Amino acid sequence: MDYQVNNNGYYGKFGGAFVPEMLYPNVKHLEANYLKIMQSASFKNEFTELLKHYVGRPSPLYFSNRLSERYQLNVYLKREDLNHTGSHKINNTIGQILMARHLGKKRIIAETGAGQHGVATATVCAREGLECIVFMGATDVARQQPNVEKMEMLGATVIPVQSGNKTLKDATNEAIRDWINHPDETHYIIGSVVGPHPYPDMVARFQSVISAEMKTQLREQTGSPLPDTIIACVGGGSNAAGAFYHYLNEPKVRLIAVEADGKGLETGQTAATIAAGSVGIIHGSMTLLMQTNDGQIIEPYSLSAGLDYPGIGPLHAHLYDAKRVEFLRATDNEALEAAFELTRFEGIIPALESAHALAALKKGTFKPNETVVINLSGRGDKDMEAYRNFMKSQKDKNLLLHKPISNPNAEVYTRGFSFPNNSQPLDLSPMGGLFVP
Amino acid sequence: MNRINELFQSKNKNILSVYFTAGYPEAETTVEIIKELEANGADMIEIGIPFSDPLADGPVIQQSSQQALAQGMSLKKLLSELTSIRQNVKIPLLLMGYFNVILHFGVENFCKALEKIGIDGVIIPDLPLEVYENSYAKLFQKHGIIPVFLITPGTDETRIRKTETLSKGFIYMVSSASTTGTKSGFDHSSIDYFKRIAGMSLKVPVLTGFGISNKSTFEQASQYSSGAIVGSAFIKALDKPGSLSERIQGFMRQLRN
Repeated sequence: MDYQVNNNGYYGKFGGAFVPEMLYPNVKHLEANYLKIMQSASFKNEFTELLKHYVGRPSPLYFSNRLSERYQLNVYLKREDLNHTGSHKINNTIGQILMARHLGKKRIIAETGAGQHGVATATVCAREGLECIVFMGATDVARQQPNVEKMEMLGATVIPVQSGNKTLKDATNEAIRDWINHPDETHYIIGSVVGPHPYPDMVARFQSVISAEMKTQLREQTGSPLPDTIIACVGGGSNAAGAFYHYLNEPKVRLIAVEADGKGLETGQTAATIAAGSVGIIHGSMTLLMQTNDGQIIEPYSLSAGLDYPGIGPLHAHLYDAKRVEFLRATDNEALEAAFELTRFEGIIPALESAHALAALKKGTFKPNETVVINLSGRGDKDMEAYRNFMKSQKDKNLLLHKPISNPNAEVYTRGFSFPNNSQPLDLSPMGGLFVP
Repeated sequence: MNRINELFQSKNKNILSVYFTAGYPEAETTVEIIKELEANGADMIEIGIPFSDPLADGPVIQQSSQQALAQGMSLKKLLSELTSIRQNVKIPLLLMGYFNVILHFGVENFCKALEKIGIDGVIIPDLPLEVYENSYAKLFQKHGIIPVFLITPGTDETRIRKTETLSKGFIYMVSSASTTGTKSGFDHSSIDYFKRIAGMSLKVPVLTGFGISNKSTFEQASQYSSGAIVGSAFIKALDKPGSLSERIQGFMRQLRN
């Protein structure tokens, strides 16, 4: 089975480039050149060097003793949270800023939801000395102020988007409109495996470093490059694309993608596109998306701004269609609980997005002692407000007393957790302070 | 013969096509606007199907689309309102909208409905030429629906020739690299581009769109092509005080006289 994009820019029946004629020359130019550029020795060398010395790759593959014992599995965490700027997003922006240089583009635009991709883009633009304009929904600007400040400190112009519902979907629309108005000098750094061909393929290739490293690290640590299962969260799907990439043709490796289910599918307050979506076109790509009976795109809901997107990359729509990847859903609360579990067991505060992947440990069924790799796509300092609110709301419950399936000794690992059955919620705010630049 | 072809046979200069968003400014004004436009001298009308995410549109059409949707407009409702439009209206009518809405409705159902009503053509800005050619050309032809494609200053000659081949009505020449209603008037590079296209002696007529907001831009555009399309400027005019009829009359008068 071939999971790569074909010559026409499609993954099975998904993908393509449904762009207005105004963007055709740009998209075509990129399509004609991206592989040639990416495969040139000079590009490869510089990309690899930057990933190593600037981003800090390879990111560790960390064996989580305590999650392993709790779930009777061998749980490994791929630590994308340790990258420069705090998530996997930088892998793609490093690649695309070099691409922009090779294409001779002097002006960079990007969209951002939570601000992670915006910060990663502003970062590489600062390093490259290029003008950077980031479109961000006005709602997100208000709720992600620290990332807005980072982008501005890095020299980017953040434009609050007032159209539509003022979140990621609208920020993406506005970035595309800007590109239409400034086609000659501008390169659009899309942050996920979405958009018109060749973006999904290009971004997946830049992110594929994640699974390439996983293979090497697993071989070193377990003797085999192949785990039993890989789990990643998926909004647009770039970290999942990277974590799955080099395993797509390893049928023995089970691949699980976890969508954000917000308040639950039945409430309609969800961002689980595979579960709630149907075939359509969003941001230039034929894929699955959430829409009304009239074909109007629906605003999704997830507490996690990075997964709050009504579509999914065409690669993932195809992987679902071809039954290569299993899709699970995790609600806001399931993700929050999983975030606290990792924090308390391993001293790692994950991004709320990545916490959706962690929630699969509780939701999925696994063979005893199988090897599971979870792509920990980002760190959680940006999510402290959500975590603080959750602690307050849960102060009368002992969050960590859930009994996992197939782990009779689970109680052992809940010992020592005073959190939070006293009336005073723990104040973790100083931990957030550690990550403030 | 399709009304679009009839129009261009009878007239090859100063053709005025007017775009507006269905369901705007009020939920039930669509049919009235069409009739008023015809009565006030529009040669052709493009009826916009509102979409939640209109990528090629500037703020004016975005806002009109959002308001139309909020007021309950949908493709189904629009088609039902247009059912008997041909009892009164004789000029060519086109629907303009983004592909997702049409895809979701069903492209074949869409073509059938348009044929039944007597809609002459469609403009679908995010349906690429190649996809149209490979997947939908036969269907549109079968139902006598004329597709209209865009060319821009960035469209190269080979692609313009391909557009010419696939175009059965007219070519929509986008005046500059922009979204709708973003720029006003034409700079030197736009004029050079108009001349370049005029010099190609295309076998299908060309209408100029984007950046046409008043008499002088309309006349300037008409100098190099068969006429022009007005969209955002008309939608703005619909917001002005007075009865709908007065607003439309006033707008058409300043454009034409």
